[in-house]
Amino acid sequence: MAPILELKGITKRFPGVLANDHIDLTLNKGEILALLGENGAGKSTLMNILYGLYQPDEGEIFINGEKVVINSPTDAIEQGIGMVHQHFMLIPVFTVTENVMLGNESVKYGGFLDREKAAQRITEISDRFNLEVDPTFYVKDIPVGVQQRVEIIKLLYRDAEILIFDEPTAVLTPQEADELFKIMRLLIEKGKSIIFITHKLREVLEISDRIMVIRRGAMVGETTPEEADKNALAAMMVGREVDLEVDRSESIPGEVVCTIEDLVVVDTRDEVCVENVSLDIRAGEIVGVAGVQGNGQTELVYAVTGLLKHVSGKVTILGQDVTRFTPRQITELGTAHIPEDRQQDGLVLPFTVAENLVLCTYYQEPFSKGVLLQYPVILENAEKLIENFDIRTPSAVTPVGTLSGGNQQKVIIARELSRPIKFLVASQPTRGLDVGSIEYIHKRIVQKRDEGAGVLLVSPELDEIMELSDRIAVMYRGQVLAVVPNKGISKEYIGLLMAGVMPEGPVPTRESTLVEATF
Amino acid sequence: MTEEKKDIGQIFLNEVNVEEPVEEKPKKSFLSKAVIPLLAILTGLIIGAILIAVTSQTVWAAFGESFWRGLSQVWKEVVTAYGALITGSLGDPARIVRALGSGDAKAIRQAFNPILESLVQATPYIFAGLAVAVGFRSGLFNIGVEGQLFIGAACATFVGYSINGLPAYIHMPLAFLAGAAGGAFWAFIPGFLKAKTGGHEVINTIMMNWIAFRFTEWLLSGPMSRPGSGGLPLSPIIQDTAKIPQFFASPIRFHAGFFIALAVAWLVWWLLFKTTWGLNLRTVGTNPRAARYAGLNTSKSIIVGMTLSGALAGMAGAVQILAVNHSMALGLSSGYGFDSIALALIGNNHPVGVILSSLLFGTLRNGATRMMVVSAIPIDIVDVIQAIILMFVAAPAIIRSIYRLRKPKEEEQQVFLSGWGGQS
Repeated sequence: MAPILELKGITKRFPGVLANDHIDLTLNKGEILALLGENGAGKSTLMNILYGLYQPDEGEIFINGEKVVINSPTDAIEQGIGMVHQHFMLIPVFTVTENVMLGNESVKYGGFLDREKAAQRITEISDRFNLEVDPTFYVKDIPVGVQQRVEIIKLLYRDAEILIFDEPTAVLTPQEADELFKIMRLLIEKGKSIIFITHKLREVLEISDRIMVIRRGAMVGETTPEEADKNALAAMMVGREVDLEVDRSESIPGEVVCTIEDLVVVDTRDEVCVENVSLDIRAGEIVGVAGVQGNGQTELVYAVTGLLKHVSGKVTILGQDVTRFTPRQITELGTAHIPEDRQQDGLVLPFTVAENLVLCTYYQEPFSKGVLLQYPVILENAEKLIENFDIRTPSAVTPVGTLSGGNQQKVIIARELSRPIKFLVASQPTRGLDVGSIEYIHKRIVQKRDEGAGVLLVSPELDEIMELSDRIAVMYRGQVLAVVPNKGISKEYIGLLMAGVMPEGPVPTRESTLVEATF
Repeated sequence: MTEEKKDIGQIFLNEVNVEEPVEEKPKKSFLSKAVIPLLAILTGLIIGAILIAVTSQTVWAAFGESFWRGLSQVWKEVVTAYGALITGSLGDPARIVRALGSGDAKAIRQAFNPILESLVQATPYIFAGLAVAVGFRSGLFNIGVEGQLFIGAACATFVGYSINGLPAYIHMPLAFLAGAAGGAFWAFIPGFLKAKTGGHEVINTIMMNWIAFRFTEWLLSGPMSRPGSGGLPLSPIIQDTAKIPQFFASPIRFHAGFFIALAVAWLVWWLLFKTTWGLNLRTVGTNPRAARYAGLNTSKSIIVGMTLSGALAGMAGAVQILAVNHSMALGLSSGYGFDSIALALIGNNHPVGVILSSLLFGTLRNGATRMMVVSAIPIDIVDVIQAIILMFVAAPAIIRSIYRLRKPKEEEQQVFLSGWGGQS
């Protein structure tokens, strides 16, 4: 029998770049194929071609052995291809039924929406695939994990046979991710086929039947979870051996560098998003803040770095009450901040690499004298940091916006870590980066800790938190539910806390005390 | 997550501010940057030629006789019109040669007058264009340049006629700076409102324009009116000591203000690209969130940027009064403040670009007058040409598709998997 989907020799060129180089891909009916690759490797381009957003320059697409041409997402849906996007495409104030119907509305009496009929079908689908979605609920009222299942229902409602999942676990707690994997298993049991895009090696090994690795636009290997392990996969992705585990010695905590006491922060809608948070960060230790995205971590970081005024409570950095400090004063105390959103907060994209490297210090000697900018010094500084931090850029005067995400992040890392700092706030420092860059940035952060800086690390990636932190604080709905030393603590325990459940009894540990690698 | 709201104005500002200062990039990119404006000008002139042909009675009549007669009439009309445009703005080469040959100083001056007059026309454009450019660089869309120009002109006029007995080297700069101060004050108000209350500067500067127009009208018919003007809104003539000197005898109006404009343009360039103040303004203007993260005071930067922009606009008014008109009437500006938005965009919000596009606008304006006289083509056709040029500059995709130019590499690759559904 012909495979359900076959891509033959797909090639896509952009000016100066070969995004896809004669890629062959086969998806058999009823299997989960993991598509693994670094950012910019060409996964997205390939899926965009499959979804009709790009036309390939060369190559053919076969579905059930028949050649098809996909000109638009509408064509793709007609061919039974559906995609669950990383960011959900749902309208919060519509019900599940309305969201699912949107674009494919059933009507009665020649023009009126037939919600009942649609809801009935949604219930059928939900029951068949064990999705447990109530079609009458408003999307805004249901948890993220269920919202994702609504996305899956949208595809099944349109009779999709091939389901593409794009980084589906990025927004989920570990428990929700496990639920998703069960659903994915059930989907293939019932005859659907799945392409699973991810950069998390652990998930690939756990769920997929086959693994294909893309590097620099070309298919570099195909393997199965039985044959491969994390190190092998990482090496295939990056093209060289990767050291997945950061050498991290026992921390030697020193004095407290930052104290957060009963901090309360409200957002722009006056809703409390950080509630009575208290936390100490000591010199020479990394305190990791775990939690599903959107549980107040962003606002906590903004409040600590002076970007957001807090309602009550107190933040003390290096012995100074910084409640009334401006961000610049906090920086001048010896604080560095790697912001969560590098393009919005951390960089001025049209400005040059050199200018971005002095974004926080341009007004100080030696980068300026009086009001006069000293461009020779600024350029010299840039050349030095480009060298030291291995920033891949054509020149120091290239606009930073033209660099890849990993190199943009390195510009920020270089700027923040090259200063003599005592306190580092790192918010999602490796978001969206490839394995090689993650490895590098993790090492730099640990190195800063070993030099005696206190580090507040915020990340929704539990693996990252567990690998780097000396102590872990779990945030849920604006509160810190627990602060535990990262010694033999189990991932499930933290996962429960992330979901807002306070586990009873003593802290459970894993059998193995080895810290599991990221990805 | 953040209090920074993405409004249309912000998106627009991001669009117009995506360029980098020319001097920090390799030389060849200057040409590649100039390609779009140059092709836009060419396209504007071609479409202008079509309009000239289509709106001409004689062309239609000639087509009535025969197709070839029609075509030749089109050719004749367009050549006459653009010929007049060129001789009116740059001078008649034959006349220049003749005058140089005769050696008569007066004839030479008159032969060169068209090009000198184009510089006179370009001078207020330079100031006003710099005003808009500084605004854009600071993340502000200053539509109020016209109003700031009127207030600046009124202040310069007042200082120019009311103070007696000062030496010229004090009186003239004083009057000029009074104009700058007036414009600065008028722009400070919307700047302050934006920084402190979030009131959008586009709305507020438009409103300030109307207040400025009616306010100067009242000034000119009341407190500042010329005795014996018979109720006409007209100011007294300024003192000789306040006048910016003209280099030649009347009717050649070429004056020192042009060189002041060049000097100010240099100053603006230096300020924007060589000082911490400029980096501060540009950072806030390009990415206010990153500016806040970097510890900059965004409110202060908004007020400073707006005030500086207004000061430049005020200078545009002052230079017209002190160098050309010598008294203030309501017809002071033929929309310099609004044209300057266009020319700042064509000039890429860079002082050098502003000078070049000001010269273009000054030349077109100056030549249009002669074109109207010689070929009876309405002066408005130049407005149309200007508008078309601007449209093409603002929508480079059209020019790229007409001339089959490649898109810059970085733009092409900005499409990501999740980008199509509204979220990225």
